[in-house]
Amino acid sequence: MRPHSLLAEASVLSRDEAESLAKRVLALAKADETRVIITSSVRGNTRFAVNQVSTAGDNTDVSVVVRAAFGTRVGSASTNRLDDAGLRQVVDSAERLARLSPEDPEYLPELEPQQYRPGIGWSDGTASMDPGIRAAMVNRITEPARAAGLVSTGYLETRVTAQAIANSKGLFAYERYTSSALTTTVRTPDGMGSGWAGAAAADATSIDAAALAARAIEKARRSVNAVAIEPGRYTVVLEPTAVGNLVQLISGAIGARSADEGRSFFTKPGGGTKLGMKIVDERVTLVSDPFSPETPGPTFTGDGLPTAPVTWIENGVVKNLNYDRYWAKKQGVAPTGAAVGFGGGSLRMAGGTSSMDELVAGVQRGLLVTRFWYIRPVDQRTILYTGLTRDGTFLIENGRVTRPVKNLRFNESPIFLLNNLEALGRPERVSSSESGNAGPSIVMPPVRAREFSFTSLSEAV
Amino acid sequence: MSFNRRDFLRSTSAAAAGVALAANRVEAAARAGGLVTLPPASPGDPAVNALLATVLDAARSAGAQYADARVSLSRTQNVFTREKRVQGLADNETFGLGVRVLVDGAWGFAATSDLRTDSAARAARQAVAQAKANKGAGRRPVELAPTPGNQRGTWRADAKIDPFTVPIEDKVALLLEANTAAMKNPQARFVTSSMFFLKDEKTYANTDGTLVEQTIIRTQPSMNITAVSKDFRDFQTRQSTDIQPMGRGYEHVLEGKLVENAPRWADEAVQKLSAKPVEVGRYDLVLHPTHLWLTIHEAIAHPTELDRALGFEANYAGTSFVFPPEKVLGTLKFGSPLLNVRGDRNQPGSLAACGWDDDGVVPDEFDIIKNGIFVDYQTTREQAPYLESYYKKAKKPVRSHGCSYAQSWADVQFQRMPNVSLLPGSKDYVWEDLISATDRGIAIIGDGSFSIDQQRYNAQFGGQLFYEIKGGKIVGMLKDVAYQIRTPDFWGAMDMIGGKRSYMLGGAFGDGKGQPAQSNAVSHGCVPTRHKQINVINTGRQS
Repeated sequence: MRPHSLLAEASVLSRDEAESLAKRVLALAKADETRVIITSSVRGNTRFAVNQVSTAGDNTDVSVVVRAAFGTRVGSASTNRLDDAGLRQVVDSAERLARLSPEDPEYLPELEPQQYRPGIGWSDGTASMDPGIRAAMVNRITEPARAAGLVSTGYLETRVTAQAIANSKGLFAYERYTSSALTTTVRTPDGMGSGWAGAAAADATSIDAAALAARAIEKARRSVNAVAIEPGRYTVVLEPTAVGNLVQLISGAIGARSADEGRSFFTKPGGGTKLGMKIVDERVTLVSDPFSPETPGPTFTGDGLPTAPVTWIENGVVKNLNYDRYWAKKQGVAPTGAAVGFGGGSLRMAGGTSSMDELVAGVQRGLLVTRFWYIRPVDQRTILYTGLTRDGTFLIENGRVTRPVKNLRFNESPIFLLNNLEALGRPERVSSSESGNAGPSIVMPPVRAREFSFTSLSEAV
Repeated sequence: MSFNRRDFLRSTSAAAAGVALAANRVEAAARAGGLVTLPPASPGDPAVNALLATVLDAARSAGAQYADARVSLSRTQNVFTREKRVQGLADNETFGLGVRVLVDGAWGFAATSDLRTDSAARAARQAVAQAKANKGAGRRPVELAPTPGNQRGTWRADAKIDPFTVPIEDKVALLLEANTAAMKNPQARFVTSSMFFLKDEKTYANTDGTLVEQTIIRTQPSMNITAVSKDFRDFQTRQSTDIQPMGRGYEHVLEGKLVENAPRWADEAVQKLSAKPVEVGRYDLVLHPTHLWLTIHEAIAHPTELDRALGFEANYAGTSFVFPPEKVLGTLKFGSPLLNVRGDRNQPGSLAACGWDDDGVVPDEFDIIKNGIFVDYQTTREQAPYLESYYKKAKKPVRSHGCSYAQSWADVQFQRMPNVSLLPGSKDYVWEDLISATDRGIAIIGDGSFSIDQQRYNAQFGGQLFYEIKGGKIVGMLKDVAYQIRTPDFWGAMDMIGGKRSYMLGGAFGDGKGQPAQSNAVSHGCVPTRHKQINVINTGRQS
């Protein structure tokens, strides 16, 4: 039996199926206003460890969220039971909660029907992946690792998603998209060397597993017998994944409301926001463009607003903060409609023309970082985070990578990093979530920056 | 409003049809003397039992040597407020089936929310097909440790008041009143508060004849208060870490006394604005259980997971410094002789409590660290055989400690930590005793920022409140404090430990591990401790 013949039967809801399901829900609704959000997903994953598949999983689900409002009283409920009784119950639950809820002074009426640009994040290649194809892709990593006498571990994930929003004013939005990520960590059997490589794409079949294997194997070998160096401030060359690990943290801090309220990095000392202020190096431009083929992302937000390309930082200057519908109305501006959060997201940082070799060549004494790990907030006032280097950290001396070094903990902010830039390389799509999930589209350049703050040494390999 | 699975299975036409088919099939198979893995009796709902029987049957027919299946109805409720406003009221439920199979030593897993008989049986065949695709040449086959089969029974969380029976108005009123109480301090500008409840009713069956039904309940009330300085140059927050999430019912919310505590939390947030920035250096740290549970979680519980030590989590959660097993079991010095750590899934009200794990095993209580020496890992049925030679030498049975868990029906189960707790010392010290015995130090209350490396050596922790100790007394508040540790040194530097009276359960709702990342909920029992000469940094920087 061919395994994919089984998976091929499962697929996400079509536009017509989603619309018909939404209409069934709306027909049951008695509230003044009702919104329905439908998420249909088919997910597949294959894990491998010690050079063989360890576990895998395939699951299918369809969930329905109902948001009901009586006047300005709001409640919501969700279910994955799609028969009439299940839908009736989820509508009833949402309406019951709404009736019991106090008036919401920040309530905004549902949107009228909107026009949406078609999304570009769908790949038939990902949608037709099955466990057999996934296992074959994984073998392109485990076999060379085994042949090299090394130990590979890793994860391949595919997500096929259809998302729809409908409301009682006749708004309907539908999109379907795919995403995938393949990451691997290759270690020496004695645990003294470790190398990582990873990639993400809307089309899983475009990921070159053999190339990832080669990179991780090379890093594992080169990282053996790492030497300790003193913690302190170093010039660093960060690979695109490491840049993504840090720069994506800015998008979590970019809300206009918290800036206006005085509890954000984007609050101007004395009051107001940093809109229009230069906060980082003038070579830094940070954009969320869900319609760019490089960074496909959601075409609408969780309340049905069409998304648009947004420039957060242009030539170092804050151009936009993220205004939701309520805060936009309160401040008398247009809501941002940014492709962040709901349904994934997209983020691209402009780069330069330097090759990795050129970035390294400009360093007298510094560090080359493959990726960061366990990145957690320390101080929201400066977007300061802590975390550690991992799976490929090397010393650069006189413009050359000379030897592996032990991992280091940093306490640093992407804002400080982007103020200390020396040079930028060509941007590329990265898998920069720590968990290796098929997350948002993130495109980042490698960079060289001075004065990166490492505060302690780690023995971890 | 509450409902049970039987009611809604009956009310659900499609599911009811599937279940009727399942029941017919079970009866027909029984008459024909075919493969019936479960009698349609004992715990839980007969319709669910029948569906599970069909699924196991389909898995075996397709070639599985072992299979287990879980049907779960999981309900959650969220109530979010901000100042005088309700930000969200949401009831969520998800219902589905996950089936795991073993074919020639390789796992397969498939899950579906479509519970019609055909679809459920198809998931079983899909899992078998996947296991066959996963078989590689020369692999080490999965071997399961023996466990008594034919487990039958039901288990229910230690919850006195089912949170789903409490009117939503009461929950909203309590949170808004707590917010008002906090905002009596005018500098406490922003207040959020929330309640989260989970009720997971799951039935598990396997081809060893086990059939068990369990009801997991978890409750988390919380508040977060932000104070902003008048010149907009500083802001500080205080989270309600005095109240930890628990595997209890609504009584946990009531006992948390949010309204009564909120003014103090607000005052503390405001005090942090004018607290003295810490001077970097080495200090004796006195750590409160509301803080220490997280350090135990990160720097004891995670590195003693066997899958990490064996390299199975190397690509995300990481490996462990407690490695390799044959060289560290019974010999590795993890900390001072005062350090005794135990795993369990039976402390009443704890987040990891259950009657059976997701392998169908009754979890045991087991020592992880005894008098400072590492003596055992957390294990599942698949993992225990890896330690066979140690267990035989130590005259311990080769058995799983019952640490198998999946976050939902849609996810495959694997090794997750149980409750991992620091046992009280023999002397009956309490928090104040540790402070008065300390000449120069910092007392830390509540968990804050946290980060640790992939082998669990180097960690950094913040907190909620920091107090300077001089001459056995608290002399003032500090801010921007974080401490950095090397795990065995930190536990080796522990020279005082609280007694039974000061024991409490802290807990993590979102313990993450695995790919795809799954969330686990665990409690960590602990007492206050003192650690000599720990490295403290100042995290405040100017932008």
